[in-house]
Amino acid sequence: MAAVEVEKQRGRSAAVAIAALVIAAGIPLWWKTTETYRAWLPAARISELEALQLELRVEVEVVFARGTLSPEQQKKVPASRMREQQQQVDDKTGLKFTYETRFRTATVMEEDALNQPTAAEADHALHTLTETSCGSVVIYIIPEASALLPQDMRVYVGRSRTALLRSQVASVVGAGLPEVLAALDPQMEQVLQTMSFNHQDVTAALTDRLRPGLSTRDSLADSMRAFKSSPGYEITFSLLNPDPKHHQLHWDVEAALDAYIYPLLHKMAPVANFSVDSQILYYAVLGVNPRYDASASAYTLSADSLAHVINPVEARLGSNAASSNPVLNFLLYVPDSLHSPLIIRNDQKQEVASNAFHSPRWGGIMVYNVDGAYGNDTQFPVDIAIDMSRVMGVFLSQLRLMLGFQQTGAPPGFVLEAAGREGVAEWELDRLLWSRSVENVATASASITSLAQLLDQIANIVINDNIAQQVASAVTALQAAVAELEAGNLALALEHSREAISASERAFFDPSLLHLLYFPDDQKFAIYIPLFLPMCVPILLSLLKIFREVQQHRAEKRAKRD
Amino acid sequence: MANIIAVVCASYGLAQSVCDGEDLAERFFRSDHTNNWAVLVCTSRFWFNYRHVANTLSVYRSVKRLGIPDSHIVLMLADDMACNHRNPKPATVFSHKNMELNVYGDDVEVDYRGYEVTVENFLRVLTGRLPPSTPRSKRLLSDDHSNILIYLTGHGGNGFLKFQDSEEISNVELADAFEQMWQKRRYNELLFIIDTCQGASMYERFYSPNLMALASSQVGEDSLSHQPDLAIGVHLMDRYTFYLLEFLEDIHPASQANMNDLFKVCPKSQCVSTPGHRTDLFQRDPGSVLITDFFGSVRKVEITMETINLTVPGIPLERFGGEPHTETALAYVDQLPVAQIIHQKPKQKDWHPPDGFILGLWTLILLVFFRTYGIKHLKHIF
Repeated sequence: MAAVEVEKQRGRSAAVAIAALVIAAGIPLWWKTTETYRAWLPAARISELEALQLELRVEVEVVFARGTLSPEQQKKVPASRMREQQQQVDDKTGLKFTYETRFRTATVMEEDALNQPTAAEADHALHTLTETSCGSVVIYIIPEASALLPQDMRVYVGRSRTALLRSQVASVVGAGLPEVLAALDPQMEQVLQTMSFNHQDVTAALTDRLRPGLSTRDSLADSMRAFKSSPGYEITFSLLNPDPKHHQLHWDVEAALDAYIYPLLHKMAPVANFSVDSQILYYAVLGVNPRYDASASAYTLSADSLAHVINPVEARLGSNAASSNPVLNFLLYVPDSLHSPLIIRNDQKQEVASNAFHSPRWGGIMVYNVDGAYGNDTQFPVDIAIDMSRVMGVFLSQLRLMLGFQQTGAPPGFVLEAAGREGVAEWELDRLLWSRSVENVATASASITSLAQLLDQIANIVINDNIAQQVASAVTALQAAVAELEAGNLALALEHSREAISASERAFFDPSLLHLLYFPDDQKFAIYIPLFLPMCVPILLSLLKIFREVQQHRAEKRAKRD
Repeated sequence: MANIIAVVCASYGLAQSVCDGEDLAERFFRSDHTNNWAVLVCTSRFWFNYRHVANTLSVYRSVKRLGIPDSHIVLMLADDMACNHRNPKPATVFSHKNMELNVYGDDVEVDYRGYEVTVENFLRVLTGRLPPSTPRSKRLLSDDHSNILIYLTGHGGNGFLKFQDSEEISNVELADAFEQMWQKRRYNELLFIIDTCQGASMYERFYSPNLMALASSQVGEDSLSHQPDLAIGVHLMDRYTFYLLEFLEDIHPASQANMNDLFKVCPKSQCVSTPGHRTDLFQRDPGSVLITDFFGSVRKVEITMETINLTVPGIPLERFGGEPHTETALAYVDQLPVAQIIHQKPKQKDWHPPDGFILGLWTLILLVFFRTYGIKHLKHIF
């Protein structure tokens, strides 16, 4: 009897011990081993990024030349003035434009510079005098009677960051300083909107954060044409020669690139990296048949057929397939001798001066006619040297469009100096830097917030340390970029925004974040039940038996006592 | 409409540029995309799933014919049909009985073949989370103005699609992948076509904007195959894709057919199953969406009006950054030295003493001689 009792006792203690082991050691062990490693993310700072309040600050310097202000007015000129414009783009994004204006009178050297015969020379002389920082604008107010500008033009915008504005209040004698400043305000606003940024540009740059449908049609066309901000671009120049038997073409593309394209790309080095290559393609034909027009005695391509030219050619183009950067293609097509000359006609059936067309986000094609270089009875093949300056003029303007420099829509009364050999004016580059910084900030913040949301939603994704580090550095760089934009340091802001966007892209597109981890509940049960049920059933039953025995024992004890 | 504007402009003598702008804007804004991509996936392998490979290759052919280049097509096939041991016509995949149309051809560019066609790779292609060593041809490098066509075919069920008999992708995962694409603005508009059994279940869970979906059958229905070929011995195509292909044969790059025509492809009388479509997430009206917006690649084109005047006479081209490197004429090394191969004169070789074989042979001959004729002749030799 006692032996049975001892056995039972042993059995009971064994069952309890096993249950204790399972609960105390097994469950934590199972929990720990099926846990996914999730590094810590700065969730609080990321949630701050959801509501973005961007402030863009422009430093404006207004210089009054001699003759624009009377001496009493000159003494009362305020040192500086601040103007703010606030705007809420949507419920999560707010914009504030701050124009910090400083007033002063012109120095003797600047007066000498302004005495030059033409506006271009004056601008050049002024440019050598002062060093303007990236993002700032200098406006010189010149007297109304000045001969620098033609009669009906009010503003001249030069190649660097200066503008010449013709004052219009000198005629009003006895006008006080406030009236003078008030009359200048709308004109200065117009100048700033041309040279820095305007509301549409900034809103267009923010499209990544906004719901679709908020941007206007003009800005949509511009945004469709230019490439999105990317760390690098690949540019390919191709010469298409469909008729090598008749035309032996020579193009000195390396020298032309050095002279015309590389200066522009060098100026754009803060924005992106560029890699340029070139190729020559023989026996490459256009996909469309040009029609012969007897009135012009030339073959013509109408504007409708241009859309179908690109696809067959693109299939034959080689490309440098090393990186995932967007590719810009610039093609120079020399028509074969049977179809020369080939001219492009626009919708109104008029000849196009440049004989070139471009496709948004792809590149441009120029048709170069060489039939004038030889007569009928020359010895074929004819050696032809291509005039690279004409070709590069067209390609350079197409490249500017693709990179984001908008077409110059000068407001009435403005004279915008053409960029010429350097490719781009400083203020145009500043405009691009403003919109790129804002775009980078918008894209980076959108990526980070959506990544954080994704990682929150899927509790099973592993977050490695390198992802957490990228996210942290992206958040830091983003906050630095916003701070620099507030302070008005455009170059630093661009640099931080580029860091932010590259870190956020690397974090978002990390290969380890693949969430093949959709486990519906019934699948989870299907996995765990065969493992745990056979083990748990004996334990539970024995615990129940022990419990019932203890209850019985207690009931007996109570019965015995009574 | 554009003509009326032009007439009005002309009659009021407005500036030419205004009319140009209006025309251009009209043409530009029929759709928002600047480039086209296609992701074509066949999720089956093995010989009896010949028709799925033929489906995918037929859509690939149409899409290429209408203009999308290979660099913008991601083609995922098991690719075990053309060189299969059971294929009576090797290196071909036919899509029509009597072997009329070989869709394999000479220039098929398969990006993911064989065992690379997995759910993981498919999701990686869609979301862009590929390892950095992936070549460009295997990536979907779309941007926020890309229209993407996604075509899936294989064996499916209610809410899932089977990949190569070993794994499956569920409709929730697919919807999440599309949402990931939308978050990063990796597409402008997306057309999703699926030709499997119970295909409509795969697009039930979509929740991202700008998605349009077509399926070959509803939940609870099977998609059927079209016709067997007695020489090859398997079914060559599925019905829905067969009639889709017939429809696409009439489309050329300048065609104006729209999506409403595509929805009418393969009615129940021809397809036996009921094709379905879903357009509630799509912002534009399907009647205004051209077929070539997704299946072809019609580029938007603008005439270049401005040029920069770089021809300043008398100024030579300056070198930018560094001296010019002198150009030496380069020539190829003689790849095939023919003179050394044919008309060879025997080269003077150095003299080597005779090796063992010759010595042994002569020793044998001498021994046999002296054995036969007696040793007395030896003194005549030495």
